[in-house]
Amino acid sequence: MNWLRQSSSEPLWKEEFSVRTADERYVTRRQLTKFLVLTSFGMFVGNLWILVRSMFSKTPSYPQQTVARLGEIPVGGVKLFTYPTREDHCILVRTSENEHVGYSQKCTHLSCAVYYSRENNRLECPCHKGFFSVTDGSVLQGPPARPLLKIVLESHGEELVAVDIKAS
Amino acid sequence: MTMPDNIDIPPKTRGLTAIAGAMSLIAVLLIVQIWLLSAALESFLAGRHQVALPAAIFSGLMFLVCFGLYLFVDSVDSDVRHSAGDR
Repeated sequence: MNWLRQSSSEPLWKEEFSVRTADERYVTRRQLTKFLVLTSFGMFVGNLWILVRSMFSKTPSYPQQTVARLGEIPVGGVKLFTYPTREDHCILVRTSENEHVGYSQKCTHLSCAVYYSRENNRLECPCHKGFFSVTDGSVLQGPPARPLLKIVLESHGEELVAVDIKAS
Repeated sequence: MTMPDNIDIPPKTRGLTAIAGAMSLIAVLLIVQIWLLSAALESFLAGRHQVALPAAIFSGLMFLVCFGLYLFVDSVDSDVRHSAGDR
């Protein structure tokens, strides 16, 4: 093997950029290793970035907002509202005479809008058939990995007020 | 059946086998790191921040192993070149 018989005193550029095919393959292998290790370092930096963001992220506070009046929705009925901003669409369901539940309408799979299926008594995502429990927002079926965000509701007199958002 | 004596194997073959093994290990570690990063990001975006620290620690350990393997590859590579050059 001629390429193995090179003197080690040859300049680095001749080793790295040899015209011989065998040499070139050998160098490429080392360069690939270097590239893989640099990519590994990139993955580590990415994880560090997530860690730093986690350490410095503040717990968000949500405003109180009236979303409906008691008795406004019939049992089994729904009302759509936005909370906490106009871009965050939510769904309010009256599950029984004295019980209302509210969830973010954004499916946790690919953010399609979920709707309430009265006959199945569950929240359904039409895009990929992801089904959520109307009781607690947990995933019943389909590709979503996480439950729906739950809107914490309080009744203030005759009004239903959204006060917080929780990962149910 | 007897195993071949390592002394009979040319240094280049031994070197290339070691390099190929180390590279395979680095590739496996890298795949695990990519999965770890995506899982940590998924958890972070879901609001579960307690996953970030162990993910960063394991990712750092895997990077150190990869770096150690790179140094190993580098030294094996130069050894093979030098031993072949001395002949």
